[in-house]
Amino acid sequence: MFQDRLLKKGLLASVMASAFVVSAFSSSAVAEDKKEVKLGVVTFLSGGAAGPFGIPARNAAELLIDAINKGQLPGAYSSVGLAGAQIAPIFVDENSKQKVADYKKLVQKDEVDAVIGYISSGSCKAIAPVAEEEKKLTVFFDCGTSQVFEDIITSPKYVFRTSAHATMDNVAAARYVVDTVKDVSTYSGINQNYAFGQDSWRDFSGSMKVLKESAKSVSEQFPKVFAGQYGAEISALLTKKPDIVHSSFWGGDMEALVIQGGGRQLFSRSKVVLTGGETGIERLGSQIPDGTIIGARGPNGPLAEDSALNDWFVKAYVDRFKSLPTYPSYHMAQAILGVKSAADKANSTDQAATIEAFKGLEFEVPSGKISMNLAGGHQATQGTAFGTYKFDKASGKGTLVNIKRYNAACVNPPEGMKSLEWIESGFKGAVCK
Amino acid sequence: MMNLDRTEKLLLAGIPILILLGFVLPEWVVNYIQVSLGTGLVALAVMIQMRAGLVSFGQGLYFCIGGYAAGMAGKFMGVSDIFILLIIGMLVSLFMAFIAGFLLRRYREIFFAMLSLALSMILYGLLSKLEVLGSTDGFNIPSPTYLGWAPEGDTAKHALYIATCIPALLCAALLNRYLRSPMGFIGEALRENEIRLEYLGTSAHRAVHIKYMIAATVSGLGGVLWALALGHVDPEMTNWTTSGQFVFISILSGVGNIVAPLFGTFILEIVRVYAVEASPNTWQMILGVIMLLTIIFLPKGLWSLIQRKKASAEETTQK
Amino acid sequence: MLTAVAILIDGLGFAAWLFLSSVGLTLIYGVMRILNIAHGGFYALGAYSSAWAIGLYMQTGSSVAFTYLLIPLMAIVVGLVAGLIIERGILRFMYGRDEVLMVLVTYAIFLILEDATKLIWGTESLVAYQPAYYLGNIEIFGIPYTVYKFALIGLAVLCGAVLWWGLNRTTTGKLLLVVIEDREVSSALGINVTLFFSATFVIGTTLGALGGAVTAPQISVVPGIGAEVIVMAFAVIVIGGMGSIGGAIIGAIFVGFARAVSVHLYPPAELFSIYLVMAAVLAIKPYGLFSLAQGRKI
Repeated sequence: MFQDRLLKKGLLASVMASAFVVSAFSSSAVAEDKKEVKLGVVTFLSGGAAGPFGIPARNAAELLIDAINKGQLPGAYSSVGLAGAQIAPIFVDENSKQKVADYKKLVQKDEVDAVIGYISSGSCKAIAPVAEEEKKLTVFFDCGTSQVFEDIITSPKYVFRTSAHATMDNVAAARYVVDTVKDVSTYSGINQNYAFGQDSWRDFSGSMKVLKESAKSVSEQFPKVFAGQYGAEISALLTKKPDIVHSSFWGGDMEALVIQGGGRQLFSRSKVVLTGGETGIERLGSQIPDGTIIGARGPNGPLAEDSALNDWFVKAYVDRFKSLPTYPSYHMAQAILGVKSAADKANSTDQAATIEAFKGLEFEVPSGKISMNLAGGHQATQGTAFGTYKFDKASGKGTLVNIKRYNAACVNPPEGMKSLEWIESGFKGAVCK
Repeated sequence: MMNLDRTEKLLLAGIPILILLGFVLPEWVVNYIQVSLGTGLVALAVMIQMRAGLVSFGQGLYFCIGGYAAGMAGKFMGVSDIFILLIIGMLVSLFMAFIAGFLLRRYREIFFAMLSLALSMILYGLLSKLEVLGSTDGFNIPSPTYLGWAPEGDTAKHALYIATCIPALLCAALLNRYLRSPMGFIGEALRENEIRLEYLGTSAHRAVHIKYMIAATVSGLGGVLWALALGHVDPEMTNWTTSGQFVFISILSGVGNIVAPLFGTFILEIVRVYAVEASPNTWQMILGVIMLLTIIFLPKGLWSLIQRKKASAEETTQK
Repeated sequence: MLTAVAILIDGLGFAAWLFLSSVGLTLIYGVMRILNIAHGGFYALGAYSSAWAIGLYMQTGSSVAFTYLLIPLMAIVVGLVAGLIIERGILRFMYGRDEVLMVLVTYAIFLILEDATKLIWGTESLVAYQPAYYLGNIEIFGIPYTVYKFALIGLAVLCGAVLWWGLNRTTTGKLLLVVIEDREVSSALGINVTLFFSATFVIGTTLGALGGAVTAPQISVVPGIGAEVIVMAFAVIVIGGMGSIGGAIIGAIFVGFARAVSVHLYPPAELFSIYLVMAAVLAIKPYGLFSLAQGRKI
């Protein structure tokens, strides 16, 4: 009797199993001659990071993939498709507790030819070794941690990152402060209490120690990420009266800090540096006090140099989504254009050929030029820029003035050196133009 | 042999079946089975506490302690043997639960839930500040070895899968035995009427304490298995959202049978995967609707579907 | 001295926000025994609808003063519409079920609300700072504070007073207390329990939405703000004692000051100060500060 039931259950299980097998293999009947390339695109589609990062990135992906499939891009990218093959994107939400299993599902079940994605540094750390194991071309487009190629996979084969890591932003921020603000004797920070915020403060305060030895840190605030209310933190900063306030806040938190801090004269009493302030320019307009130092995690948005590609990107993005592209959009565009450049150069969608072509590649993107010259040609470096905010009443638009550009070798550690060591060594080997 | 009940037979028979499935099913499904076994064990731990009327909204605490203990043993002491890692994860969880139990055993209902949540969030806050441990990004764990054997490639995947299936199902079988033991039945009595329990000469506090420690050990085991499957740990493991999910899984699956949470975790995972595939932007809504429908039509959880069938089958045989 | 005053004001300001965001939760739990996770969803709905309405209104170029009417109005609209739909459409079929199961039900509703707000308002942030700026600043020991913050403290006091008066000094309130005391007996006495449940849920929802609506001008309204509020509100009402209005006040003050003290004196502790307070309070008073002694069932 019992065995009978067990048999039935076993049968049930194997029926279910075969159903999975069928559904898993039904998609494998792809034609040998690749006319279509499947691209997994992983960004935040839900949760707190979706609005400021995930959705602008997804929008850029949709825009570029459509344009590439139709051959509408200007200049060097005008050819149709990836080496002639059409791109079929599959979007996946990064907001999941099973990121690794989701990644493997993309590779094994959906049989994508490449994956572009990951905003959170935690995701990148977890995915990087798995991507190497799965032997699938994987391009990180936004995550900032320098550990990916410094600690986790030191000799990458399949993993690329087309944006510079976050060290650059804070080194450049410190350089900009020292270059433009006179008499800095005290500085302080308000950063989110998680890895990105802690790293940003560590890099910024470390750089300040080197660049301006006389100045000292007077207050380090670490509110919870997505806290939204910074009344007490702002009071604490106001009572300490620092000359400089550094913040790597992003998205809604950054906008809330501007609204609350601006209302309470924090911005007029101290010089505030917002390393990710660019995403708020369009929405906040006159609310960002003039004189605020603003960065865009690379020369993106208003910090981008004029080029036909950037003009096309901004116009096409605004036409389609009715808002300006922000730096996550730029980062996504960078990753897709990187893959296209590599495939076009190899003139093949074959993974090995594309990877070979990708290594050490230099390519044009809306924000300027990207060189894949760290970590054996897998990690991008790029120069960056910072600017000072100025609201133009006549046009009702915010602009950045007094823009200073920093070349890649000035704000990125040289090959083989870890970011923190590099800062502590007094930027050994940095070449600033 | 020992008198095994039906659930235990099913679980023990399930070990070779699951292992076999590991070779037959596509790898991505096996992956979800593997991570579901890890998280399923924690849901199981939540479920055995729920049977005693204790709802832990902080079971992620031990899930995380297990994962981190194993991860740190690997990172700082160079331990990679899976058996040692499993034992370390379970022992550390057990020890922490032994201490925290003195505080928690005095609480019931929502207060037990919120205090367990508070403890887990304190750990979350601490881990989020520890840069040595990668702060909120966590850190990676190397592949385990098996008594000196260090497989690579596909062999490593299968080995780890097998090494996940066996302890997970064995643990479930042991828990089933525990629930049928006098100690286990005290749990039910606890939920029904604590004062009568005390009149019968049993200490309710002690019973809760023991139950809490057992649940923690099982969660620690789940944490190690999950962390090894993922190759990565981060403080998100002890965030309240993670703990919340364990509670929801155990309610959705039903507290009637020990197999239910293991099975329910996998089903929910697959439902989520397909919801994301069908609608990447509004998958939460789909999940919410499915949950609501389950509660409305299957108030005793998914497992009641199987039970109902069984009951009707037995009825017909009786006739 | 400066720091002490700053702690006092910041603590009160944060406590006011906590009270406004959690009082609806404790009311619903007190009357209906539902630990309502969807409360976070109502908070988000309130914040979105008020930010959206303020944005639309400001485009007309009229005086900011009227936005102060708009904010509570949107909260009431959200409370009535969402509260009634959810109570009549879903919850009433579940009354009498296990408390834990009800948590799951409200969690499912929360998930649905999260995506619904995304579908209605998109994922871009909404900012509606005008009401927060319009009232200007006052300086205390050289530190500027927005008057809006003090207005919120006033509003919190007002809400607390009205709720207390409504519960303890009106016939309806007293009947409600009877319902809380014993649902079955009050039903047998001819009290329309169903009506009380609907009304309580709508009021609780409105209070949750009001919490979001008054916060909207100070923040950037983004997807996910609801989830942040829930745990905070839970902590507040557990510290104070579940289901007690007075408890919510005390809980809010405890948590508000714990946070202000840690921010000013030891910032790294901010992340878990709330949970430390909760653990400490529960360790001393296992049922929260304001709980009534419960009869033991034998």
